[in-house]
Amino acid sequence: MKALIVAKRLIKQIAADKRSIGLMFAAPVFVIFLLNIILTSSTSKPVIDIVSAPQAFVDAISKDAEVNTAANEEAAIDNLKSGKSDAYILFAGNTPKITIEGSDPSVSGLVMGVVQKNMNSVIPVQPGIPTKALPAIKPEVSYLYGSEDMDMFDSLAPLFMGFFIFFFVFLIAGVSFLRERISGTLERILATPLKRGEIVWGYFMGFGLFVALQTIIIQLFIIYGLNVDVKGNFWLVLLLNLILAGQSLALGTLLSTFARNEFQLFQFIPVVIVPQILFSGIFDLRDAPVWVAALSKIFPLTYGAEALKGVMIKGQNIVDIQYDIYILMGYTALFLILNTVALKKYRKT
Amino acid sequence: MNSEAIVNVSGLKQQFGKLVVLDNIDIDVRKGEILGLLGPSGSGKTTLVKAIIGMLKPTSGKISVLGKEMPTLSIVDRIGYMAQSDALYDDLNAYANLYFFGELYGMKGSEAKKRAEEVLSLVMLSEHAKRPVRTFSGGMKRRLSLAIALFHNPELLILDEPTVGIDPVLRKQFWDEFKRLKAKGVTIIVTTHVMDEAEHCDRLALIRGGDIIALDTPDMLKKASGKDTIEGAFLYYGEERKGEAV
Repeated sequence: MKALIVAKRLIKQIAADKRSIGLMFAAPVFVIFLLNIILTSSTSKPVIDIVSAPQAFVDAISKDAEVNTAANEEAAIDNLKSGKSDAYILFAGNTPKITIEGSDPSVSGLVMGVVQKNMNSVIPVQPGIPTKALPAIKPEVSYLYGSEDMDMFDSLAPLFMGFFIFFFVFLIAGVSFLRERISGTLERILATPLKRGEIVWGYFMGFGLFVALQTIIIQLFIIYGLNVDVKGNFWLVLLLNLILAGQSLALGTLLSTFARNEFQLFQFIPVVIVPQILFSGIFDLRDAPVWVAALSKIFPLTYGAEALKGVMIKGQNIVDIQYDIYILMGYTALFLILNTVALKKYRKT
Repeated sequence: MNSEAIVNVSGLKQQFGKLVVLDNIDIDVRKGEILGLLGPSGSGKTTLVKAIIGMLKPTSGKISVLGKEMPTLSIVDRIGYMAQSDALYDDLNAYANLYFFGELYGMKGSEAKKRAEEVLSLVMLSEHAKRPVRTFSGGMKRRLSLAIALFHNPELLILDEPTVGIDPVLRKQFWDEFKRLKAKGVTIIVTTHVMDEAEHCDRLALIRGGDIIALDTPDMLKKASGKDTIEGAFLYYGEERKGEAV
């Protein structure tokens, strides 16, 4: 199989380019790390309405939140809905009932942090016994919208994981295949007995090795480095990521055929990559027009993101996500075939 | 014709969009000869060469190589090709480049290793075999490209401007090698725009504006045009064409 010869050469070639390898593995980790910082830290104070609460508690949380008084629960709910407040608190006896707006996990986390920190002030002080020794009071928490008790990064981690794997693989595969074209080596190897399909396969396999390594690093970093919870099977997540990476590899090499230089290839990013991110589930499309939903069904990343979300957050198994896998693999096959056809530009047989 | 035709081109027309690059080309290349394609850049030499090795499909007309109608992959492994621009992998060393192409032509194992060393010494790159190609000079790259073309002992060699950027000493060595190969029965098609190189060819096709304006031995071309040099002959035939057109 001549494709193996191509793959072997490509591996040697990439291995000789140490800086590219370093970037290939370090860049995604760096970017994901930054995202994690942005999405898990927030310095703003939440706005909390108090319907009724012990004065000690109100005094305590006033240090960490902007506290307003609401006339009654209806008024507090109105404030939540109109965005004037992030949460309201109502005490039933000693137990606080907290209702959080909930659409932004980072704000929800902020509210919960403030409340928990100040729960001690609710416990009546009993002389001689340290407050810490008393049973803690559990607040009753409910959400106006959604109910995830995860932070923003947790909820978006599957999407980011899918996206970054997709994006970095696309870039590297696209540029590398393009380089082969610009340097004339692609045309040159097409003047040998090598078949067009063998070049495409050779590239797919040779690059596949590095892409697989990169994918594993990204996944390990997100799950263990950033402690993102995975409800489903770790290996199933890896399988999904590898399939998604393979699909992106095929797409990157295919699109590089339509670019004459790196500059043109980079212009595919806003046209091909960005819409996929926008429509893959990072933004809620429930209320979007029908055509937007239909459009999102065309993009391969949508299926990858959906399946990753299913496994990582909902704990789905391979049977639940099998159709996403079929579709991704179908796209991969389609892109590889199209690329083989596109190479006719260089060799007619 | 006195010996068998290795390459036969008849009525070839090659068109890209509306641009006609080659028109009405007829040429036979005989076994064991060195055929030179001489013409200014842009005259269609490279296009003709690419059509012969089957990278282009003729717009009309026919090309057969080693008895097979092109384009086909079936006889590609019997052709050695040196492209006009060096198509090498910069990050790999000379040996790895050579070996990779050898493998594509089906060579492997100790046979391939032995052959790699042979051709590397032939182009005087043995001591640079382990250096990455990006550190090579233009002339060294040209030599490596030639080594790649020779690697699998092809019976037909197609060399597109093999001596561009090569010093006169090395150029002479290249031509000595071409003649050695010819003596072994290898057929060579070589493009050039250097007039003095043309003298080394058995036959010359003068190409201008996508046409073969003359095809004969260098001596006959000079004699028929009444000029002392190939350059003179080339100008003569070019003028004659213009006269016809007017």
